[in-house]
Amino acid sequence: MTTNIIELHDVSKSIHDHVILHDLNLEVRNGEFLTLLGPSGCGKTTLLRLISGFENPTTGKIFINGKNVDGLPPHKRHVHTVFQSYALFPHMTVFENVAFGLRCRKLPKAEIATRVAEVLKIVKLEKFAQRKPDQLSGGQQQRVAVARAVVNRPLVLLLDEPLSSLDYRLRKTMQIELKQLQRKLGITFIFVTHDQEEALSMSDRVVVMHEGGIEQVGTPRQVYEQPQNLTVANFIGEANIFDSEILSIEGKQLGVNILGKPRNAKSSRSFELGQKVHILVRPEDLRVWKQVDVDDSKDMLPGTVEEVIYKGTTVDLMVRLSNNQIVAATEFFDEDDDKLEYAIGEPVFATWVPGWEVVLPHETL
Amino acid sequence: MKHYDNGLKHFSLSIIWLWLTVFAMLPFCLVTLASFASHDDAHLLTLPATLINYIHLNNSVYVKIFKQSFYIAGICTLICLLLGYPFAYLIARMQSRFKGLLILLIIIPFWTSSLIRTYSMITMLKPQGVINSMLLWLGVISKPLTLLFTDTSVMIGLVYNLLPFMVLPLLTNIERLDNRLIDAARDLGANRLTTFRKIILPLTMPGILSGSILVFLPAMTIFYIPDLLGGSKSILLGNLIQNQFLIAQNWPLGSAISVVFTLLLAVLLIIYWRSSGNKDSQELL
Repeated sequence: MTTNIIELHDVSKSIHDHVILHDLNLEVRNGEFLTLLGPSGCGKTTLLRLISGFENPTTGKIFINGKNVDGLPPHKRHVHTVFQSYALFPHMTVFENVAFGLRCRKLPKAEIATRVAEVLKIVKLEKFAQRKPDQLSGGQQQRVAVARAVVNRPLVLLLDEPLSSLDYRLRKTMQIELKQLQRKLGITFIFVTHDQEEALSMSDRVVVMHEGGIEQVGTPRQVYEQPQNLTVANFIGEANIFDSEILSIEGKQLGVNILGKPRNAKSSRSFELGQKVHILVRPEDLRVWKQVDVDDSKDMLPGTVEEVIYKGTTVDLMVRLSNNQIVAATEFFDEDDDKLEYAIGEPVFATWVPGWEVVLPHETL
Repeated sequence: MKHYDNGLKHFSLSIIWLWLTVFAMLPFCLVTLASFASHDDAHLLTLPATLINYIHLNNSVYVKIFKQSFYIAGICTLICLLLGYPFAYLIARMQSRFKGLLILLIIIPFWTSSLIRTYSMITMLKPQGVINSMLLWLGVISKPLTLLFTDTSVMIGLVYNLLPFMVLPLLTNIERLDNRLIDAARDLGANRLTTFRKIILPLTMPGILSGSILVFLPAMTIFYIPDLLGGSKSILLGNLIQNQFLIAQNWPLGSAISVVFTLLLAVLLIIYWRSSGNKDSQELL
């Protein structure tokens, strides 16, 4: 049975009349890996600080484990934070850092020693117990920070962009380690990041935030494949956007017109005839054909190749369409297309499988 | 560019070394030499070389003055620390735009000679002085308190003069303290007291030690404060040295006292360096 470990009811936060978060409602399920994703300044760190108790909401209520935590100071909340800069205590050894929380709770020495040793083993730092933080590498410091928090067996572990100061390779490794650790411990993780790839690959659910509000909550697949609006679509992955209006509706089949070409689209949302819409196509769904390979260009969009970027596993193309709009397409090597050789300026046709697009109501940006 | 930088570096370093050699090392050597000289009515310093000055020091009067000075300087340091720490902490953590102004207020007294400020303390403390008049007017006391020429007035003078030397290093140290460490401690379940004891205090120890040294050393030797505020009653180490040189005209004995005193302080500094061991605290000094 899944229960909610954290619930936010209409939470808002303003500082000096400046609204940072507005009317947030969120339920965090016990044991899940939840990611708060959004550009910097969208309020995700503030939301974390509201949960940890360093800030109090201006309005609204926060429940942790069913209890209203209004006014409860951080040291009395059973949630712990892994800070962006790790905030390891420089004057203490790794062991003392990890033991800090347990010592605050005045546990017997023997128990502290066992639990610290246990958790240091999980993060593979048992040999470094007597080192000071400045004698450790970035990745090791990061693991100490995680160990220091999880040793207290918190209800929820809050991670504030914990991987942002690591280099690319190490970040990849730590992503996997954190995910495995979360599974092993079964603790709820709330992970803050502005890196959409990180969010998609690590989370059970993603909360997409924008300008102090929640835009969409869903599984990585949902937020990527069925974005609720343009903000989500643009923030998570790349998207080519075409404007159209609804010409016909037959159940889930919609007739649209893209750059003068009639096409069919599919959506489970309901639209009205004549309604203005955005048609979203992900670069990896857009197929680009050379003119010689095309027999019937009835519903294909003609254009010229503007840029070719070879990426090893894929070739990324920028194609200028007849209306001068530039679209991005990612082509994969496969049996049909093992060469993928395109010349800049070459005339091509772009198309996609009907039904792979996302139809969103028109938004004025 | 690199060559130029090196040239500048060597130039500034040699200036510093030259300065220290001429104005610190050389005088100290002269004093050390003088401490081994003899003395008679006709000459301030004369041959033969002797150890008699050091032997004279092993006299209960001098030992008592040494002890007394250490005691007074110790108490003064403690008071400065107890007053200065919360003061420095509040200013360092302050977000207000008055912060700069408050720091300026700590520094302003340095613009006036400490001697003149000590004279002005007399007008504050004397029986018809500002403090007594105020207390009488408020009806707290019925006759003037004897503040001037007591140990208390010496202590007030010392603390007043030396407090900034405690506050400033502490201020720098506390300002550099990473807020996130305090957040982390609170997050891990430490209440305010534990956070202070386990995190803030150890991390500001370098500031506490440098501040204490900067207060303790002058407190032993500022001779004019006990002179002016303590009357003739209060004789501390600084006064003793001054008396030997200027009143008793016994330069060799005055020099011997200075040498012993300098060595004692050197020992204290070495203990400090040994105990702190890390680079940060040495940088602060």
